[in-house]
Amino acid sequence: MKEIRIHARAGQGAITTATLLGKAYFHKGSYPYAFPHFGAARMGAPMNAFVRVDTKPVRLRSQIYQPDFLIIVDATLMRGFNCFSGLKDKGIAIINGGQNLELPKVGAQQKVYVMPANEIAMKNIGRPLGNTALLGGFCAATGELELDGLFEAIKARFSGKAQEANIASAKEGFEFVKSKIKKS
Amino acid sequence: MKQFFEGSHAVAETIRLCKPGVISAYPITPQTHIVEDLAKIVADGRLNSQFVNVESEHSAASVVLGGVAAGVRSYTATSSQGLLLMAEVIFNIAGMRLPLVLTCANRSVSAPINIWNDQQDSVSLRDAGWIQLYAENIQEAVDFHIIGYRIAEDKSMMLPVMVCMDGFILTHGIETVDMPTQEQVDKFLPPYKALYKLDVDDPVTLGALVDPESYMETRFAIHKTHEEALSLIPKIAADFSKSFGRTYNGLIEKYRLDDADRVIVAMGSVCGTIKDVIDELRSKGKKVGLLKVTSYRPFPAAAICDALKDVSKVAVLEKALSLGALMPLATEIKSAFFGRKKSPKVISSFVAGLGGRDITKQSVKDVFRLLTAKELDGEFIDLKPELLKENYE
Repeated sequence: MKEIRIHARAGQGAITTATLLGKAYFHKGSYPYAFPHFGAARMGAPMNAFVRVDTKPVRLRSQIYQPDFLIIVDATLMRGFNCFSGLKDKGIAIINGGQNLELPKVGAQQKVYVMPANEIAMKNIGRPLGNTALLGGFCAATGELELDGLFEAIKARFSGKAQEANIASAKEGFEFVKSKIKKS
Repeated sequence: MKQFFEGSHAVAETIRLCKPGVISAYPITPQTHIVEDLAKIVADGRLNSQFVNVESEHSAASVVLGGVAAGVRSYTATSSQGLLLMAEVIFNIAGMRLPLVLTCANRSVSAPINIWNDQQDSVSLRDAGWIQLYAENIQEAVDFHIIGYRIAEDKSMMLPVMVCMDGFILTHGIETVDMPTQEQVDKFLPPYKALYKLDVDDPVTLGALVDPESYMETRFAIHKTHEEALSLIPKIAADFSKSFGRTYNGLIEKYRLDDADRVIVAMGSVCGTIKDVIDELRSKGKKVGLLKVTSYRPFPAAAICDALKDVSKVAVLEKALSLGALMPLATEIKSAFFGRKKSPKVISSFVAGLGGRDITKQSVKDVFRLLTAKELDGEFIDLKPELLKENYE
């Protein structure tokens, strides 16, 4: 079983992100369970979306406290709140942020990838919706999913120009993290 | 065909397959996605149905009451305050023996206002005469609607069915669902033919004033029908298995009960979490099990007693209260065993998950840990005592 926790603000597309991730796993033949948890049900309020995935149907219905993977859609959520809480020893975090982002101290085997997902999205989509870029980064960072599987999920969700733009965004996100891994 | 569907979307698509001619609803979290999807399905011409927009849940329930009374299969969905606002009509629908199917996207009730999941809303309406089925996962939610219409419209029943699914956990959760085909549903669920209906050419009165000479018989009749439902529900569930390949008992589900000495009884999605904990504890040699109650009304007392008679300790874990008394499900399970020769030594009562408080594997382990020779009457799991300190300064 693998558990993924997404940190975002309501309205930033975290549920779409979880859905796309789940769908990519579904196409792979796994059994994902994607679900949201809202705090205050208002735009901008911190919220979580989760994906729990297994080789058999997922029965566990609780939230995720010890994720294998973290996706932080909005780095401002790291101020005053420990988004890394419970991250597994060999856990991987993908964060939407700039090079100067202050990071908490992480475990020796934990990996953190900071990527300019909003910039990538602005370039490809024309709006600061970094979700698909982050998912591309997720594929590269974790090796959990093939990029083609993610594309398939994006194709099922978006059509026309939005589809092309999101695929381009995901691809660029993937390449960004891949180049980081090569350098390190 | 296997799909990766949101629970609400899966239910809306299932209702489309059941072909109701009248749908009316008023949006309320967490039911909203179901009725939004259905409104779109009707607007897109994928379902030939009257979707009636109304100004409140009381009106929504009244519209679908009218729909079924006119002999047309109907559907509505609601949650929490919405269900409570429907309450008056809910009793009427059962009293008039109208086979409606309603989805309750389970949510806590106010005050204080809280949009998250527990089961206080539907449990509070347990005495309304409706059949209530609780789904553990999205697949069950889908299947119970199809089974629900068959039960409701059976000539020996003519009673409404409420399919209860945990708000957010199932309504907003997305998972793999095997969606039935139109052909399968058509074969299993024939078009609705009313025994009697409102018809200008052949007028009848429904829900008329009934004086003390005959009111009691109408209530007795519903009560008797519920007793009969206890044998009909498993039969229809077995029939469903033949057509769809998924097996349900319809009343209860036994999970690793053979040789179990400690068993949790629960309803709804928490049963999945409990099953995972049971597998974990079983691998360490603990003899634990789960009895899932699917049908809360009719209450399958005999089946429950039979399943638990050799178990030494039983924990009833529920997401609803009867304020000022023992918890509702625990009360009924204790009462079911009263006077029976073989019964558990301990039946302890636990409450968890009110207002969306997360029920973790640890919460379930705590229930097993507290299930000892000392019987507990209403132990709250994951309660925060620091929030209970009063200060009026």
